[in-house]
Order: sequence, then C-alpha cells, then structure tokens
Amino acid sequence: MSVPLIQTKNLKKYFKTPKGNLHAVDGVNISIKEGQTLGVVGESGCGKSTLGRAILRLIEPTDGEVLFNGHNIVQYDDKKMLEMRKQMQIIFQDPFSSLNPRMTVSQIIAEPIKVCKTIKNSREIDNKVFDLMETVGLAERFVNTYPHELDGGRRQRIGIARALALDPKFIVCDEPVSALDVSIQAQILNLMMDLQESMGFTYMFITHDLSVVKHISDEIAVMYLGQCVETAPSDELFQNPVHPYTKALLAAIPTLDFRDNKKEKQIIKGEVVSPINPKPGCRFAQRCPMAQNVCTEENIELKEVVPKHFVACRLL
Amino acid sequence: MSEHVINLKSSVKKRSQLKAIFHKFKKNKLAMFGFVILVILIIIVSTAGLYLDYEADVETQDMKAMFLGPSWDHPFGTDQFGRDMFARIIYGGRISLFVGLFTISIALTLGSLIGATAGYYGGKIDNIIMRIMDVFLAIPATIIAIAIVASLGTGLINILIALSISRTPQFARVVRSAILSVKEQDFIEAARACGTKDRRIILRHIIPNAIGPIIVQATLSMATTILVVAGLSFIGLGIQPPTPEWGTMLADGKSQMRYYPYLVVVPGIAIVLAVLSLNLIGDGLRDALDPRLKN
Repeated sequence: MSVPLIQTKNLKKYFKTPKGNLHAVDGVNISIKEGQTLGVVGESGCGKSTLGRAILRLIEPTDGEVLFNGHNIVQYDDKKMLEMRKQMQIIFQDPFSSLNPRMTVSQIIAEPIKVCKTIKNSREIDNKVFDLMETVGLAERFVNTYPHELDGGRRQRIGIARALALDPKFIVCDEPVSALDVSIQAQILNLMMDLQESMGFTYMFITHDLSVVKHISDEIAVMYLGQCVETAPSDELFQNPVHPYTKALLAAIPTLDFRDNKKEKQIIKGEVVSPINPKPGCRFAQRCPMAQNVCTEENIELKEVVPKHFVACRLL
Repeated sequence: MSEHVINLKSSVKKRSQLKAIFHKFKKNKLAMFGFVILVILIIIVSTAGLYLDYEADVETQDMKAMFLGPSWDHPFGTDQFGRDMFARIIYGGRISLFVGLFTISIALTLGSLIGATAGYYGGKIDNIIMRIMDVFLAIPATIIAIAIVASLGTGLINILIALSISRTPQFARVVRSAILSVKEQDFIEAARACGTKDRRIILRHIIPNAIGPIIVQATLSMATTILVVAGLSFIGLGIQPPTPEWGTMLADGKSQMRYYPYLVVVPGIAIVLAVLSLNLIGDGLRDALDPRLKN
C-alpha cells in the first residue's frame, strides 16, 4: 500500500489551564491518501479545529507525529517548515474575520505568493491572481473591491483562492461552509469538489454537519472529546455505524420521512464531560446508553471491525 | 495558460491603494482645509529668513516701542520688550512646529514598535515591557521631561529627546491594546499558515487594522507637546530666551493679559491653528485609510 499523504501518529495537543491540562486532541491517529477527502465530524469543542491546526503546525502539537509523505514535519525547523507551508493550506470557517479588511481582493490573493516569493515578477503575480479568481469563480471586476463589499459566498471564494495561491497539495478546510446560506453552501462544496477533481487536492474537511460530510468525504473520522472514536469509508459509516456516539449522531440527522417520526430516536442525554484532565476509559461512557463498568476501566484502542472500519468501543 | 507571455490578462486594472487613499482624503473637505493650513504655516515659517531679519526683528529690544497694539508696522503689536510679535510668532513657529512634529513622529514610531512587540508576543515579553511602560506612565510626562532635561542639560536636542521619551509610553499602551483586538482574528492565522514572518504580519496585517486609535492619539499629543515645551521654558529648562517659541510667548504674555490681550491671543491662535489642522488631517487620514468607510 502506498504511503498516505497525511498521517498523524498519536497526535496530542494539551492546553495548560489553571485547573489542569485541557486535552483538546488526545492521541489521534488518522491518515489521508493523496487526492482523497477525510471528513472529521464531532460536536463543538471536540478538538476538530485544534486537530487541523496542529497538523499544519499553526498550533504546536504537545506530542506525537505528523507525517507528510512519510516525513515527520513536527521536527522540521523554521526554514524547512516554510517550504512545507507551501504544500499545506487552510480555509477558514468565518469568511468575515479570515480576510484582512484593509486589503483588496487582489492583495489578499497575492499575499501568499509575495510572502513565499514563488513568483517574483509583479505582472506574473497579477496574472496568477486573475487565474485564481477565474478558478474559484470570482468575476474580474472584483479585483479592486474590499472584502466587506462582498457577500459571504464570494468572500469564501477569496479564502479558497488564497489557499490555492501556493499550489498546495493538502488543504485543511475548517468548517468552510457552516457560516454560509444553504444555497451557497452547495455552490462552495461543488467548487471544492471540482477543484479536487481537476487538481488532485487532498482535503481534511472539518465540519459538524453530517449531510455535508457525506456529500464530500471518501472517509470519515468521528471525534469525541479529543479522541477519534470511529473511522470508516463514508458509505460504510453511514450504513453501518458501530460506535454508540456515531449511531446517535446519525440518528439526529433530520429526515423528511414522516413514518420515521414514530420510531424511537436515540437522543444523547447529559453533557460532555470536562476535557480538563479526563478520566481514563471511554469518554463517552457517561452518556452512552450501553455503558458498562468495563468502559471506564482503561483506555480503549481503535479496533478494526470490518476491513477499513475502525471503532474504539469496549463492547465489541 | 500563457505563462511566458507577461501581459496582463485582464482588462480590469488594478488600482493602487495609495492613490485610492489620496483620492478619498482629497474628497474630505475638512481634512483638506487642515492640510492647506498646515502647509501654509510651514511655508510661512520656513521662508521667514527671506523677509525678516532674525537679529533686528526678533531679538533686539526697543523699550520705546513696548506694548504697541497691532498696527501697520507691527501687525501683531509688540511685547513687553518692544519686540515685534509678528516676527517672533513666525520664528517661534519654527521651533514649536518642529518640536511638535518631531517628537510625535519619534514617540509614535518608538511607541508603536514597543506596543506592537508587547501586544503581538504577549506573555512574559508583554509583561516586562508593559510594566516598564507603566513605571513611565505613573510619573507625569512633564516631570519625566524635566528630569531628562535637567540631567542632560538644556538645548533643543535634549528637549526633543526628553519629550520623545516621555510621550512614548502612551503610544505603546494605545498601540498594544489596538493590536490585541486584531491579533486573534483568522486572517492573522491565514498569514501565518503561508509562512509570513512576524515583522510582516505586524506591519502589513496588524498595524493597518489598528491605525485609527494610533492616529487620534498622535494628533491629540501634538497640542500637549507644544504646551509642555512652554512649561519647560517657563521653569528655565526649555527654549532659552530670547529665542521665541509659541508656548513661552503665551506664558510671558499671561501677566499682561488684562491690559494687552493680543499678547496671549496671537500665540494662542497660532497654537490652535497648528493643532486644529493636525487634528483635521488626522481624522481625514484615519477615514481615508479605512476602506470600510464610504467617503
């Protein structure tokens, strides 16, 4: 089997707080093959964004490895990292705060090129900017406009163009559509999928919206409180969820089928336990309808239940 | 894709940001008014040597011509030593305007750098820098200036040093707080994601977004600086007589204010004009630099 483009090994990020260590990302192992999309789902505060930022080293991981094409980039010094950064980019959730309000569209898109000096001639930079704008579907007339003059969808296109400016291989998409209207969500998602098809990008798609993740992902990783509880190919996960948390998440997707309403829905009770110095064992155990004593005894590793389908649950 | 032919692909031209800012500034009538006044003041003051003789008009005392009211010969009257107020105002402007503008630009640059470093890096660096600034802020700027001038000796350069240092902490505070409000935004992280160096992040992304309060602080400081120079001169640590200077003239005229009001009115108006024009320019600049404000 070929080496995955991105792989994390036991990646951890703890934040120091007055009460103790906050385990934002706690021993996550994921891998993404080149040209594929990994959807990362989970509720707010489960460490999805921190994971994405730790992979890009926008946040320094506390422990563990991030392998890019088999090389551990966590050990890279600043100079080597600078080269790496050209290959991995990020698209942000909020199209309002992610664009510098004092810069015009063309300046924003050209900024990464100027910083990394991938193109030096200013005319060529301008041409590249026009190319990028065309690629992401921004009309030329917006060159001199400022972000505040544009709507959310167009702003998000600027964010995408900026991420593409350095011709990266891997892009972390941190909830890129959750701040947009549903109609525009579809446009942006389709744009991103088209781009992946034509340029072979590898995405890590962070979201809490299951219908979005189903639409775009090849594989899905479900996170709960800093840990990855289930990973599987997209179709497999939706047809055959194994972890009780995944089951509950899928059950919560609203449907239009009225017959469904009669069925008992599995609703998660209780609240997320504190991520500060969590107890060993399954972190979902307090809310799990099937929890037993064994669940909280020791940490649970991911197990392969079906080929390529990994689950971290004691009851299997 | 025509990668080797370097021709602009689009008919839409990129507009330079400087031009846009200048265009917006020109549209702002009040700001242009302030700009014109300041330019006129600077021209009058800097060409003084062409139409005035420093020694004869400014320094030579003439006891027969004391306290003459404004007239054709003496447009602004004469002071208690019979010296022509008009010539003194113009030569005084050289020092006052220079001291004001110079100290503000030094304090602004120094304060911005210090405040930006503190705000951007945070943590220990922030704590150390800002505690030192707090020590300076705890002592009134005038007192610091007095202490510095007293230890370095009087003279224009020492006054400039003293005033610049005593103004710096205020700028550092304003800049730091402005930067704290900007630095957590996503576009800073986006800049970091493509490997932007800290210096470029501060200069290109953070300061332009924090410029509003900085400019306001700068224009407000100008007025106080001119008055602090007057204060220093009053206790003999500032500009030494007979060299004229607006603040000193104002202070000197105070005792005769009830009988010869023009002695304070004239330098007062001069200070107001300089300060007002700078404030107007500052406001206009702030608005012109913010693309979110329409005209």
